[in-house]
Amino acid sequence: MAGLRQIPTYLRDMQEEIEAHARAFGLDFFPILYEVLDYKTMNEIAAYGGFPTRYPHWRFGMDYEQLAKSYEWGMSKIYEMVINTVPAYAYLLEGNSLVDQKTVMAHVCAHVDFFKHNYFFSKTNRKMIDTMANHAARVRRHMARHGQDAVENFIDTCLSIENLIDPMSQFIVRQRDAAAVDPDERDEDVPRLRAKQYMDKFINPPEYLDAQRKKRDDEKKQKKKFPEEPQRDVLRFLIDHAPLEVWQRDCLEIVRDEAYYFVPQAMTKIMNEGWATYWHSKIMTEKAASSAEIIDYADAAAGILATAPGRLNPYKLGVELYRNIEDRWNRGQFGKEWAECDSMDQKRNWDRRTGLGKKKLFEVRKLYNDITFIDEFFTLEFCVEQKFYSFGFSERSGNWEIMSREFKKVKDQLLRGLTNRGQPFIHVVDGNHENRSELLLRHAHEGVDLDLSQAKDTLRNLYKVWTRPVSILTKLEGKGKLLRCEGDNLTEKSADYPG
Amino acid sequence: MSQRIDLDHGRFRQIIRGKIKQHLRKYISQGEMIARKGNDKVAIPLPSVDIPHFKFGDKQSGGVGQGEGQPGDPLGQGKDGKPGAGEAGDRPGEHLTDIEVSLQELAEIMSEELALPRILPKGTEKIVSLKDKYTGIRSTGPESLRHFRRTFKQALRRQISTSTYDPKNPVIVPIRDDKRYRSWKTLPEPQANAVIIYMMDVSGSMGDEQKEIVRIESFWIDTWLRSQYHGIESRYIIHDAMAKEVDRDTFFKTRESGGTMISSAYKLCAKMIEDEYPPDLWNIYPFHFSDGDNWSVDDTVTCVELLKTKILPFVNLFAYGQVESPYGSGQFIKDLGEHFDEDERVVTSEIKGKDAIMDSIKDFLGKGK
Repeated sequence: MAGLRQIPTYLRDMQEEIEAHARAFGLDFFPILYEVLDYKTMNEIAAYGGFPTRYPHWRFGMDYEQLAKSYEWGMSKIYEMVINTVPAYAYLLEGNSLVDQKTVMAHVCAHVDFFKHNYFFSKTNRKMIDTMANHAARVRRHMARHGQDAVENFIDTCLSIENLIDPMSQFIVRQRDAAAVDPDERDEDVPRLRAKQYMDKFINPPEYLDAQRKKRDDEKKQKKKFPEEPQRDVLRFLIDHAPLEVWQRDCLEIVRDEAYYFVPQAMTKIMNEGWATYWHSKIMTEKAASSAEIIDYADAAAGILATAPGRLNPYKLGVELYRNIEDRWNRGQFGKEWAECDSMDQKRNWDRRTGLGKKKLFEVRKLYNDITFIDEFFTLEFCVEQKFYSFGFSERSGNWEIMSREFKKVKDQLLRGLTNRGQPFIHVVDGNHENRSELLLRHAHEGVDLDLSQAKDTLRNLYKVWTRPVSILTKLEGKGKLLRCEGDNLTEKSADYPG
Repeated sequence: MSQRIDLDHGRFRQIIRGKIKQHLRKYISQGEMIARKGNDKVAIPLPSVDIPHFKFGDKQSGGVGQGEGQPGDPLGQGKDGKPGAGEAGDRPGEHLTDIEVSLQELAEIMSEELALPRILPKGTEKIVSLKDKYTGIRSTGPESLRHFRRTFKQALRRQISTSTYDPKNPVIVPIRDDKRYRSWKTLPEPQANAVIIYMMDVSGSMGDEQKEIVRIESFWIDTWLRSQYHGIESRYIIHDAMAKEVDRDTFFKTRESGGTMISSAYKLCAKMIEDEYPPDLWNIYPFHFSDGDNWSVDDTVTCVELLKTKILPFVNLFAYGQVESPYGSGQFIKDLGEHFDEDERVVTSEIKGKDAIMDSIKDFLGKGK
């Protein structure tokens, strides 16, 4: 972006008005800089994931083509985009009606409030625009030196494994207890109790000592395992241990950094969109929309909240859940007494006039992510009222069809789709597999198989990074399978899948 | 303003082109891409260029939705809108997605891959006609071109701004300054100046497979010639013992059982050229496909005669493609070879099967005529 253009006065006035309303409701957000974009630039920035400064790569071009097509065919339109930085950048689409712009501004205020306060955004880099620009400069430099094709191909490889990170690692403080390291170097033998010589046999029985020695030896062996514990951040492991050129390592770092940056967004999609929808709706209907605008507002809002068969609308689910929470906490529908009450009739008319709804909402937006949000507040009553169902592919009819409306099944399915951002759990279990410095990964199978053909291609890419054979242990159709890639040679054989 | 995304987008298209090129032989021989053809674009199923990940298989994962319906109700256009597509693990690494490519681009790819020379059109003068096109609005013009809605809009605007508009009595009276007229531009429009005359033997010995080959080959010939001329016409003639002109659909669907008199088609072709396509204005491309069986030696002589006197003097190229069929003797190509071996305007090609289509296209178009 060549400098920030001033937005027109009427939009700035509007911004002031909306932000005043938002503050009055208790939202607290970073300063927001708006920019008005034509649809082409909007699609461009959307293709770059919101960052106009990203490194050159063809897949952005591919995403752009898709966005541009679906805009031209009138299938979709990006109303707004907001970037989690300080100050927050938000983009408005040129030519949208004023009601739309107002709604978008209210929506953006709530998003930025969410960025600022939600715990899962607490570790994000708020200067990501600059960081992305630095990444781009680094990638360009590598391209100038090593050729565009080589660098781009390697980035393809990195992107293929970019999801193999540990989203929670940012929140875990890892400390090694320095004193506890290397007990084996401190003494030669297992410790014994002091005893007179004739008593030694009884106070330090030889069987016990042997057992202790064996335990120690096992521990030593354990230590020699590499990595010591299965490691979920596969990218980190590769950066640390794969035989890479300097520029390759740099590319991998860049891809990993950016992947981590987008993790909180992915973890709070429902909450974040729900929160923004909740507030734009409140601000517009209670304050900002004039009576002449309300119909247009309602029309746009209906579009945002529309549901289609077989598709989960995060806006809808999020906003309804927040409203449900607000209502429940306003009426005191929580706590032990509520949980233990099994009279439907009593529950329906339950109202303790606690009025804690708003307080609870702000608490929820601070502490929860999508999984905990759904796990705690997606109740039987909510599920039935909102007509949720789970669906799946039926082999029998060859169709995608509704599977169940049973609360437990729906909730399980919903949570499963959110766990690990809907991605399989993959760990590095052995960096010296078969003592041949091969890499062994393990897919923690939780009921759903991997997409085999994609897994094979991904394995080929991993081989390019590790340069020695790479295998993954997984389960296919209930049987343990080991996929192994060695050069062009990809084999698939049955294997023990413990656990 | 040239935007950064244009570089990345260009890069993406370049990758796509590379992929198409790499698989061109397959596309040409399988003809699967012709299935979806728009006006000037084709959708090509391409091995996905998207980046592979470790991810869950589609079928087992399922999801959650919201709305009406009973368990067991199908969701119609499902998650990806392609229920039942793509068998798991069928061909590793081949995830097909449809990519749109313009015919122009496709022709370029084809010419790069097949090393086709550009065609030098006959005659140096371009045939161009002028055409008027309504392109805008202006404030003067003949009454017959008055733009009613724009005029009234303008009048309304004026009345509002001068506060003479009364919403309770919404009378709008345009005055002279309000009037708006359509305006036009005269654009040179290149005229169709090439014609392809497809002829095909539809006698009993030409089976579905043979016709499929002709269909695929004609698509590629069309694509190439279209990229070389501003406009192009295609005519279709089928023949057994008799010849008649048909539309494109009929051309590929008709199946007759009669004998074969190739001369009948050549006669019709010659007549068509004589009546409708003066050779000084038209680049003419007759393509004839047959399995090489002709009724009699006499008829073959007639054919040769017709070619020599009535067809060859007027055309850029006369192409004969002989599709191998279990019933045909394949004699005709030899006869042509005998008579026209020296003649540059005649190209013959034997098409043994789908795999040979690409080479045969190269035979036909490789001369740059």
